[in-house]
Amino acid sequence: MGSVNVSTHTIPVAEEGAKANRNSLWWDAYYRLKKDRIAVISFWVIVFYVLLAVGCRIGLLFPHFAETNDALSYAAPNANHWLGTDFLGRDVLARAAHGTYTSLLVGFFGSGLAVVIGTMFGALAGYFGGKVDDLIVWLYTTVSTIPYILLVIAFSFVLGAGLKVLCLVLGLTGWVGICRVVRGEYMKHRDREYVQACTAIGASHFRKAFIHILPNVTHLILIQFSLGFVGVIKAEVILSYLGLGVEAGTPSWGVMINDAAQELPREVWWGLAAATGFMFFLVLAFNLFNDALRDALDPKLKNK
Amino acid sequence: MWKYVVRRTLYMIPILFGVTLITFLLFNVAGGDPAAQMAGKNATAERIEEIRVLYGFNKPIHMQYLDFVRQIVTFDYGRSISSKQKISTMIFGESPELSPVLTSLSLTLPAFLLTLLITISIALVLTVKRGSKLDKSVMVICLALLSFSSLVYILVGQKWLGYELGIFEISGWDPSWTERWRYLTLPTIIFVILSLGSNILFYRTIFLEEIFQDYVRTAKSKGLGQKVILFKHVLRNAMIPIITLVVIQMPFLILGALLTEAFFGIPGLGGLIFQALNEADFPVIRAMTVLITIMYMVFQLITDVLYSVVDPKVTLK
Repeated sequence: MGSVNVSTHTIPVAEEGAKANRNSLWWDAYYRLKKDRIAVISFWVIVFYVLLAVGCRIGLLFPHFAETNDALSYAAPNANHWLGTDFLGRDVLARAAHGTYTSLLVGFFGSGLAVVIGTMFGALAGYFGGKVDDLIVWLYTTVSTIPYILLVIAFSFVLGAGLKVLCLVLGLTGWVGICRVVRGEYMKHRDREYVQACTAIGASHFRKAFIHILPNVTHLILIQFSLGFVGVIKAEVILSYLGLGVEAGTPSWGVMINDAAQELPREVWWGLAAATGFMFFLVLAFNLFNDALRDALDPKLKNK
Repeated sequence: MWKYVVRRTLYMIPILFGVTLITFLLFNVAGGDPAAQMAGKNATAERIEEIRVLYGFNKPIHMQYLDFVRQIVTFDYGRSISSKQKISTMIFGESPELSPVLTSLSLTLPAFLLTLLITISIALVLTVKRGSKLDKSVMVICLALLSFSSLVYILVGQKWLGYELGIFEISGWDPSWTERWRYLTLPTIIFVILSLGSNILFYRTIFLEEIFQDYVRTAKSKGLGQKVILFKHVLRNAMIPIITLVVIQMPFLILGALLTEAFFGIPGLGGLIFQALNEADFPVIRAMTVLITIMYMVFQLITDVLYSVVDPKVTLK
């Protein structure tokens, strides 16, 4: 029973009868993360936020977030409204809690779309090389040449505002980094023996690229996804300030932080505090978790 | 070397073509009817038709694209929808004092140099004291700094440093060279604070990568002091990634600190974009996207040439 320390830098391996694949990258990463107390705490903070968002969405938590009350405009924090009210008399705590859902949604779909586009292009470029590679490299060089903020502004300006468009814009503009990483990995993998073996038994290009090589680069994609998540959440705030964010009425941290520009001169600080606080712990947890995730999953950084 | 510069410049042509194509497709095709967009929500059909003819949207698509390319080559971007000013004048200014490019630079360049000095020094100290309590706590602080939205820094800085303490001007602008610092002090401080977190983490990683290299061990074993190793060997080898980061950030210096300029009412390029967005000024945004991208490409060219100066290992092919 218990763990056996084989040498100083191996993870505690194998209870009795453990399978061979317990030495795989994912198990290795899992053990590394589990040992990292900060990573574990960050993970549970993220889980808490997800539960909060789901709870708000299905109406279990803060169901009255949209209720307005003109008599209560800019009420300071009190027993009924723990974090005060905004200028329409809506409860700030409830707005901030519901903002979690908006942020996580934009983060998930924005970063998710970027990952899908980046992986597709990266895989095609890296796997086929030649003309396909030239074309895709040209495309991402072009896209990355346009400064990110200008690109996002141009896309949002043309495509309009709103939650769905926001995810689309952040996805369409955020794929270059992932594409670069995936392309590089595919170039390394495409001539390896296991791919040659696949060719020998007559596997198609699609099968080789997406069934055989893809699982070997998923860990890098996961890191990029997680990094993108944070970037997208922060971008939402800035786009809201530029008037390119979510629809009016959607509870969002970006909108709340922007409203603070009018609120602060009136000594109304609770709106900004609530949105900043909610956002701070989520982004910090993500930042800390990402650091640990990268150390755990990226073999290049191991044992450093 | 000149051969390389020429080759590298020629390589910019397909990229420039791509940039114009993406911008064109985005603004003239993807967004629906550009004339209707420019005219605004409450425009009459005649007004839309007028704009369509005025800006050439009635021509076939490929002719519109050629018009767009002609604009870029001749530096004549037409006029703004809302102010009717020539866009090239809006971007480069009538005089140096009024030039948005120089206005942006007078905010971002000193702020950027200050950031470099501060963050590289802190990163060097952390590298020496790696693994210590100081190192760990500064790392955590950096990650925490990164977890606030940049808007929060601007809002709180303006409120607290500008309004409550009354040390700095809250917002406003004076174009004269000798007076503008009054309005630039607070935005500069905020710019530096905004860049602290990410820059310290970045430089620390770079220095840590260098410190485990063989040449450092060699230097140590032949008895060189820590200072000599750090400043003469590590710092010089770390110049490549540092220059990369510096130059990547250069075009953003021209673009200015978009949010900071908008908040403090500084009439730089960032402020100009913000204004154009508020007025839905389509031609201005389109022109700025292309122009700033071109400036960015020029800076990239400069980096690649600089590499060869700093690092003899990089050969110019």
